[in-house]
Amino acid sequence: MTEVDKEPVKLVLYVAGETPKSLAAIRNLEKICSEHLAGKYKVEVVDLKKQPQLAREHGIVAIPTLVKELPVPIRKIIGDLSDTQKVLVHLSVEE
Amino acid sequence: MTDGITKSPTGIEGFDDLTLGGLPTGRPTLVCGSAGCGKTLFASTFLFNGAKIYDEPGVFVTFEERPIDIVANVDSLGFDLQGLIDQSKIHIEHIEIDPSEVAEIGDYDLEALFLRLEFAVDQIGAKRIVLDTIESLFSAFSNPAILRAEIRRLFDWLKQKGLTAVITGERGDGTLTRQGLEEYVSDCVILLDHRVDNQISTRRLRIVKYRGTAHGTNEYPFLIDEDGFSVLPVSSLGLGHKVFEDRISTGVADLDAMLTGGGFYRGSSILLTGVAGSGKSSLACMMADAACQNGERALYLSFEESEAQTVRNMKSIGTDLGKWLKSGQMRYIAARPTFYSLEMHLAIMLREINRFKPQLVVLDPISAFTDSADIAEVQAMLLRIVDYLKSNGITAVFTHLASVEQAQTDAGLSSIMDGWVLLLNREANGEFNRELYLLKARGISHSNQVREFVMSNNGIHLLDPYLGEDGALTGSARRNAEARARRAEAERQAEVTRVQDQVTQRRRRALAQIETLNADIEADEAELRRLVTAEETYQQLSRESAAALARGRGLDLSTGMKKQG
Repeated sequence: MTEVDKEPVKLVLYVAGETPKSLAAIRNLEKICSEHLAGKYKVEVVDLKKQPQLAREHGIVAIPTLVKELPVPIRKIIGDLSDTQKVLVHLSVEE
Repeated sequence: MTDGITKSPTGIEGFDDLTLGGLPTGRPTLVCGSAGCGKTLFASTFLFNGAKIYDEPGVFVTFEERPIDIVANVDSLGFDLQGLIDQSKIHIEHIEIDPSEVAEIGDYDLEALFLRLEFAVDQIGAKRIVLDTIESLFSAFSNPAILRAEIRRLFDWLKQKGLTAVITGERGDGTLTRQGLEEYVSDCVILLDHRVDNQISTRRLRIVKYRGTAHGTNEYPFLIDEDGFSVLPVSSLGLGHKVFEDRISTGVADLDAMLTGGGFYRGSSILLTGVAGSGKSSLACMMADAACQNGERALYLSFEESEAQTVRNMKSIGTDLGKWLKSGQMRYIAARPTFYSLEMHLAIMLREINRFKPQLVVLDPISAFTDSADIAEVQAMLLRIVDYLKSNGITAVFTHLASVEQAQTDAGLSSIMDGWVLLLNREANGEFNRELYLLKARGISHSNQVREFVMSNNGIHLLDPYLGEDGALTGSARRNAEARARRAEAERQAEVTRVQDQVTQRRRRALAQIETLNADIEADEAELRRLVTAEETYQQLSRESAAALARGRGLDLSTGMKKQG
């Protein structure tokens, strides 16, 4: 498992190379985090093209997938995260 | 149609024959069917045999069952999947998607799935892959448009990777698969079916499509049992049987003698019909025994009696089948007709025949099937068996229980049989007697007699019937008639002797009379002779005395005229 620290929100975004969907997801996530979760998050971007074994390890099927590892419960969002409100609802991290 | 298609054997008994080699190498094959019809087992067998026998490592991608369950499931069939996993010959990739913890926001694809598959394939150098059941993805993701595009891409990817793939799919309403996977797989589609008719279940397999190659198109029954998955091609094979000239004994010397040349031809189909208790099974056992004695193998398929029962019963007529069973020359399989459906029976029989390779097969009795299935189906099944056995030069013995004593079988089998022995059990004068009649023996001139069929602890014998004025008699009627005949014979002989004596006596008497008469004649003749002699003497004397007289009178004899005076 990825190193867990006591940061309030730990997000992992799984992408596969620099595809338009992956790039869009990274862009959208950065936007959401800076606008709504400033200072309360830690984001890790994993390129499964480089580390395919992590897809197996974490049960990732779709790309892009955003996993909120902390706080529990784990939540997964697939897609390019184009709807900010929905993302926040599903991450249960609304202010 | 190109011939250049290469095939990957599945190692599934029968299936590779049916497809003339197996599944198309480097292409996806869709295996579809309803729940519980054996899709996963088919797929795992394909993968297991690939890794174990054909040295083609494989990846099992499971979307439903957990890897541990898959290993456990096939373990009961003797597949040591775990062992192959440990040797890195098989990898189980578990794609688990819980829709409840996943939200879809925006555009996505399944690239991670591809990456995982690619990783797994590269890791063990897989040549084969199983996707079981990819349709689960449809319940995990809500956007079918994306899924369809991705599945199409997946199949293209599989082809591009040159993987021989088996994709399983659940049967849908009116379609082969619920999600129409058949649209994507155009090379080979196999349909598995599990039907229940009259409370008897039958599994069937059909090759719906197999591009670029010939294949069997019928529905073939298949089996899932302790030996795994086996398909049984049971098609009619036509009439190009090999023909044998040598004869095989029926185990009953008297019956052999009724067939000119001794016994039936090898590879014949012989039907034994008769009413209950007429000795059909016993005769069939004798034939099996004869085959074993000849150093051949016999397979006895019984649908009514158990092995132990038959062995015991045959012992009572002096035949020990136990020793053949022990030595492995004979195999006895007992199963009630209702155990399986007809096709399953056929399938199992053919499989056993294939494995045991007997020279003689007994089916006892085939009439047992007519209760559990449609007559036309029974006939079709038996025809297949007959064809199969004939084409393999195996002698077949069928018994058939007839409800009435007539030369007719319910299943209309007579025309496909080469030999037909009718066993009768006729009532006459308060007792039943068994009789045997050779109704038909193709290509062999045979006795037309109805013989009395006697089973004793010395075995089976056929007695010559008593042919008297009142027709042929059997049993005690025969014994009575024979006794009567013996008495009459004795009387007749006595009469002859008596008349002979009479004649002799009469002749003797006649001869005696002749003797007497001859004696009389002789006596008469003697008298006559005496008289003649006396007369002559008298004449002589009288002449002499006359001469003396004349001399005395001085008469010249020469002039004397008087002789008497």
